[in-house]
Amino acid sequence: MTLRDYRYASQPFVVGASAAADFPAHTVVEETLTEVVANDWVNDEYKHLVVTASPKALAVKPGQFFHVLCPSPDQGDLWFRRPQSIYAIDKDAGRLEFLYKCVGRGTHGLATMGPGDKCNIVGPLGIGFSLEPQWKNIVVLGRGVGLATMAPISQLAGERGVGVTAILSARNASYLLSREKFAAIGAAIVPVIDTDGTSAVENVEAILRALIDDGKADAFFTCGSNRLFQVMRRLGKEFGIPGQIAMEQIMACGLGPCYVCVKTFEVDGQKVLRRVCVEGPVFDIQEALGW
Amino acid sequence: MVDLSVKIGALTLANPVMPASGSFSTEYAQVIDINRLGALVAKTVSRNFRAGNPTPRAAEVEAGMINSIGLPTKGLQYFLDVQLPDYKQYTPPLVASISAEDADDFQAMARDISAPGVDAIEINISCPTRKPGGGNFALQANHTRDIVARVRSVTDKPVWAKLSPNAGEIVDVALAAEEAGADALTVANTILAMKIDVASFRPALGNKVGGFSGPAIKPIIMRMVYQISKAVSIPVIGCGGISNAEDVIEYMLAGASAVEIGYINFRNPTAMISIIDDLRDWCDKRGIKRIADLTRAVRDDDMETDIYAAAAQGL
Repeated sequence: MTLRDYRYASQPFVVGASAAADFPAHTVVEETLTEVVANDWVNDEYKHLVVTASPKALAVKPGQFFHVLCPSPDQGDLWFRRPQSIYAIDKDAGRLEFLYKCVGRGTHGLATMGPGDKCNIVGPLGIGFSLEPQWKNIVVLGRGVGLATMAPISQLAGERGVGVTAILSARNASYLLSREKFAAIGAAIVPVIDTDGTSAVENVEAILRALIDDGKADAFFTCGSNRLFQVMRRLGKEFGIPGQIAMEQIMACGLGPCYVCVKTFEVDGQKVLRRVCVEGPVFDIQEALGW
Repeated sequence: MVDLSVKIGALTLANPVMPASGSFSTEYAQVIDINRLGALVAKTVSRNFRAGNPTPRAAEVEAGMINSIGLPTKGLQYFLDVQLPDYKQYTPPLVASISAEDADDFQAMARDISAPGVDAIEINISCPTRKPGGGNFALQANHTRDIVARVRSVTDKPVWAKLSPNAGEIVDVALAAEEAGADALTVANTILAMKIDVASFRPALGNKVGGFSGPAIKPIIMRMVYQISKAVSIPVIGCGGISNAEDVIEYMLAGASAVEIGYINFRNPTAMISIIDDLRDWCDKRGIKRIADLTRAVRDDDMETDIYAAAAQGL
C-alpha cells in the first residue's frame, strides 16, 4: 500500500500494511506513517506521545531517535522534521512512546495531535547507548527532557539485571518526569531539584562520589544538562569510569549527508566535528565538549 | 508504459530524477532503493580537508530553508579511495561534484577526479557560502568561461556547470558556459539569503548568511530554466524547490531535460522514489510515451506579449 501526500511527495510504510516491493527488505531505516494512540500532558510543559509502530520502527534501540514530521501549531507550515529520542518501546503492543517538552513551533505542533491522527516518523536513526556485559551497576543522570532519553537504557539495564542509580534533575518536583518508570525497573532514585538546592553541581558531585565509593558506578550515562555533564565527565576522567552522553542539535536530513547537525568533539587533543544524527546522538562522554 | 529515460548529452539516465549535490549520500540506501534513481550526485569535494562553517548551519524559513554548511569535505583522495568505490556498489551513473579556491586548482581537480567510475563531473562554481577568496565563479560570465574552458581542456568526462541564481545576468553566464564547452547546465544553486532571530537579535546561521532552497524558490528557478533553455542548445537540469512529480513536469516543460532534488529529501526521505512512481503514473494517464518529449514542451510560441494583440487571440 502506498499513500500520496501529493504536495510533498512521500511514500511511507503505513503501519499495519503488509510489506510491499516499494519497501526493500534490506533497509533498516523507514519512513513510517504511524497512528497516534495517545498524546497527553504529564505536566504544564511536557506531553507523552504514544504511536503505533511497524516492525522496523520497533527495532529502535535505547538512545536512538526518530525524525518526526510535526504538524503546524499555527496557520503557517513547518519545513524541518524534529528529532525525538525514544522514550519507551512496547514490542508486545507494537507501540512507541515519546516524551517531549513543548518549546517551539515543532513541539507545539506535535502537541496538537490526538488519537487517530497520522504521524509520519523516520527511523530508527543514529547510534544508541551501549551496555557492556561486565557492568554490574550504572549511574544515569538526566535533567529535564534528558530524563526521557535515560528511560529506555535504564529499562534495558534493569532487564539484564544491572543495578541502576537514576539521578533525576529538574527545576522542581513536578518536573521530575518518569520517576515511576525508573522505580518500576527497580532503580535507586535520587531526585535533585533547583528549589531546594539539591541540583547544585557540588551536591551532585558529592552524590556521584559516594556512588563511586560504593562500587555503584561501573559506567555513566547522561543527557539534558551541560552543567551536570561536566561533573560526570570530570569524575569519569578522575576515576577511569566510561561514560556516554546523548546530544541534541538542529537537524535537517537526519540521515547523514547534509552535515547540518555537527558538534565539536575532542579526540586525542584534536578538535573534530561529528554529525549528531549518524555518528551519535550518543557519544563518548570524554570526547564531548558540552551538552 | 511511458519511457522515463532521458539523455544528458552522451549520458542516458533511466529517469530524470537525481538528488542535488549536498542533499544526498549512499547513507540514503538505509531508507530507499537508491538504484532506482536516474543518477547519483555526490557531495562537492575539494582537494583538501575542509571543516565547514560554524553552527547553526541551517534554519527553517517560510516555504523552505536556508543553509550554510560551508562545503565540508574529507578531500579528493578520500573521495577517490573510499567514496567512489562506495558509490560504485550502486547501478545509476555517478556524478562527482568538485569545487576549488582558484582556477588552477579547479582545472587540476577536474583532471584528478576523472577516474574510472565517474560518469560526469558537476562543477560547483556557485556555492553561495564559501569564504571570500573563491568559489562563486558563476556570478560572472567571464569567470565561468575561464573555469569551464580549463576544466574542458583536461577531461573527456561530461562536464555539467552548476550555475548561480545570484548572478545578475544568468543567461549570459549560461551562454559563456556553453561556449566554453560545458555538456550541460545545472540551474541552479541556492539563493543567498538571511534570517535574524528577533528574540536574540542574532543571525540564525553561524555564517550569518546562507543559501535559500525549498518550495519558495521554485518559481524563481523555473524562470531561469525557461530563459536559459531558450538561449542554449545543451541540456539543462532543473534544480530548485521540487516537492512532487508535477514540479518535475513543470521544470521539463520549461526546458529541463532532468532535475535535481534537494530540500524535499530532508522532509521526506522517500520523496524521490515517490516522484519517480508518480511521474510514470502521470505520463501513463495522459498517454505520454516518452517523458523526454516534455522537455521544452511549454506552449508559448503563439503567446503575444502585447495585451491588445493577445485580446484579439481571445487570450
